Amino acid sequence: MTEQKTVTVNMGPQHPSTHGVLRVVLELDGETVIKATPVVGYLHTGIEKTMENKLYYKAIPCTDRMDYLAPMSNNLGYCLAVEKLMGIEVPEKVKWARVLLTELTRIKSHLVWLGTHALDLGAMSMLLYTFRERESIIDVYEAVSGQRMMSTYIRIGGLAKELPKDFDKWVRKVLKQVPQGMQDYIDLLSGNQIFINRTKGVAVISAEDALNYSLSGPMLRGSGIKHDLRKASPYSGYENFDFEIPVGRIGDAWDRYLLRLEEMRQSLRIVQQALDGMPEGPYRAHVPGVVLPPKEDVLYKMESMIHHFKIITEGFETPRGAVYQAIEAPKGELGYYISSDGSNKPHRVRVRPPSYINLGALPKMVEGRLLSDVICAIGTIDIVLGEVDR
Amino acid sequence: MEQTSLMTEKIRDFFSSRFADAVISEDNFRDQQSFYVKPEAIFDICQTLLNDAELDLKYLSDITSLDWLGDEEAEKGRFEVVYNLYSLTHHNRLFLKVRLQEDNPRIRTVSDLWAGANCMEREVWDLMGIDFEGHPDMTKVLTADELDGHPLRKDFPLTWEQPKFTWNKDDPPEVIK
Amino acid sequence: MGLEEKIPDSIILTTVDKMANWAHKRSMWPLGFGLACCAIEMMSTFAPHFDLARFGMEVMRPSPRQADLMIVAGRVSMKMAPVVKTLYEQMPNPKWVLSMGACASCGGVFNNYAIVQGVDRIIPVDVYVPGCPPRPEQLIDGILKLYEQIEKESVKDKREEWGRRIG
Ligand code: SF4
Repeated sequence: MTEQKTVTVNMGPQHPSTHGVLRVVLELDGETVIKATPVVGYLHTGIEKTMENKLYYKAIPCTDRMDYLAPMSNNLGYCLAVEKLMGIEVPEKVKWARVLLTELTRIKSHLVWLGTHALDLGAMSMLLYTFRERESIIDVYEAVSGQRMMSTYIRIGGLAKELPKDFDKWVRKVLKQVPQGMQDYIDLLSGNQIFINRTKGVAVISAEDALNYSLSGPMLRGSGIKHDLRKASPYSGYENFDFEIPVGRIGDAWDRYLLRLEEMRQSLRIVQQALDGMPEGPYRAHVPGVVLPPKEDVLYKMESMIHHFKIITEGFETPRGAVYQAIEAPKGELGYYISSDGSNKPHRVRVRPPSYINLGALPKMVEGRLLSDVICAIGTIDIVLGEVDR
Repeated sequence: MEQTSLMTEKIRDFFSSRFADAVISEDNFRDQQSFYVKPEAIFDICQTLLNDAELDLKYLSDITSLDWLGDEEAEKGRFEVVYNLYSLTHHNRLFLKVRLQEDNPRIRTVSDLWAGANCMEREVWDLMGIDFEGHPDMTKVLTADELDGHPLRKDFPLTWEQPKFTWNKDDPPEVIK
Repeated sequence: MGLEEKIPDSIILTTVDKMANWAHKRSMWPLGFGLACCAIEMMSTFAPHFDLARFGMEVMRPSPRQADLMIVAGRVSMKMAPVVKTLYEQMPNPKWVLSMGACASCGGVFNNYAIVQGVDRIIPVDVYVPGCPPRPEQLIDGILKLYEQIEKESVKDKREEWGRRIG
């Protein structure tokens, strides 16, 4: 009898398939994973602490840098939370524009996920295709805000500036290009035997486990639980839109692949509806002293200029209390818990990071499976380290 | 809205019938129902809620913590732990809040009820220094190993440095605490 | 290449520096590792729209031992700093470092306890590319600047410098 021995293997933090700087310590018996321990924190930025030290307005750029694949969703979550705290109601047009942009963000995030996930599983060229379509969404970002990624376009009480005149043109380009691209992905992957073999029945998580691990987003829906905050607790006017929530059957990586593709299709539907029905109106709520006045007014009106100056230098007083606002970000339930002590800076900003909590289920998904399934499991969770570590 | 207030009534009934002496106070801010409860009771409350089919507050959305140092709230206890529960059928939220004393803050873990609480509690320990009794792995998760202390506490400095360009020379910048 | 036919049986005269620099410059292999948001822009730079392959560097090496350019794309946290340093030390000479983004160059918006205020605190940097995140064109420009810098290098000076850096 030979003695049985296990080997401990370290994966990451610099590893091409860990999507950044995730480190996983694996205990292996042959090729079977006995124990997997994710080690995070290699990108810990102290964003929550930094936000406590900034005025409410000036904390918005920090939110972009958390989930950098979906910056607008983060902006939206934070701004909705502050609006809830202040009791601000935003104009109809702002709601529609926000919905449109966050749905584009969802597509953008899923595109990067698809590219990198397929890359990890050996389909090198997928990344090149998805980044091609991603550029068209980035063009929209650039058209509205002037920045390619960190747009900080959604502000407290409205938007940073008016939508550009050729906004229509850019969005229509996305609506034309992305479905074509998606057909390419389906042709490349859905019938690809290697891809199917590596995802079907891999990284399975059952419905009870998904709930027990507090998973959210595609990870929860992949296991067959129909829960989407856009339908369950609508925010920002999602109740006006017509869309479906796709669910998976058994909760494996293949289900989640199909689910995310379908989500992209539904997002395109929402974008189309939002573009066609975009109402007219101001792009910022009129709440003097709290919401920045429109830039045009600042240049010509005395009061607006004073308000602008005061908000930028001193911020605004807030009521005491704590609010929680959750949105359905591409990765799951993204929540902002803002506690205010009445001053002009948040007392505490807590971000409920969907991918950090989803990552907690990684050991459950891979233990007892093969080493190569770990790669697939990390990919299918769709983590983004900026958000895991904050 | 009506649904929410109905559920709030039910939750209130639940507490008054079963945990009347565990509830310290109740708060409703911007339609968000929260209950301050005694730290000893948190595990029992969570366990009962988990088995309660009617309220169905079974989804643990988040666990977080606050530090009230230097605020009038600190009288009731410096640290606050917030449990955020969600109902997948009724779509309402319940916040359970617990106040802990300044020295040696500790509370019973709920990670044996929800596996997802494991990583949330670990993060609270790392960033705020609240000990969860009975947690399987109460170690650092986000911060660097060399870092002493818990960064989200109010007495931990943000530690900013005066921006200065070093041109790759050995010229340690000034650190302001 | 056809060069052989044009100059049959002849000798090309050049200096060692020129020859070495030309070779260094034309086959730059970056280390494929990303830290934060900037890494996504770095990926866009390699992707079709901007296509860094035009400048002869489409191969990303996953192992530091095969790479000679390190693009520090993103913020370096205190926990990551030793890892970055190790990666740098594992790269064989000659090697260059490009610091991409405000965070890697000087800490960016995160002036706090968790972030190293500029990667130049731990490893020597050759080119800084500002921006948050820099546009792909900016990154390409930074790389071209690095090429210019390499052209001016002399192998002799480099040697001495390597001695210093390692020592
Ligand atoms: S410079 Fe900006 S984009 Fe780059 S890593 Fe820092 S925060 Fe992210």
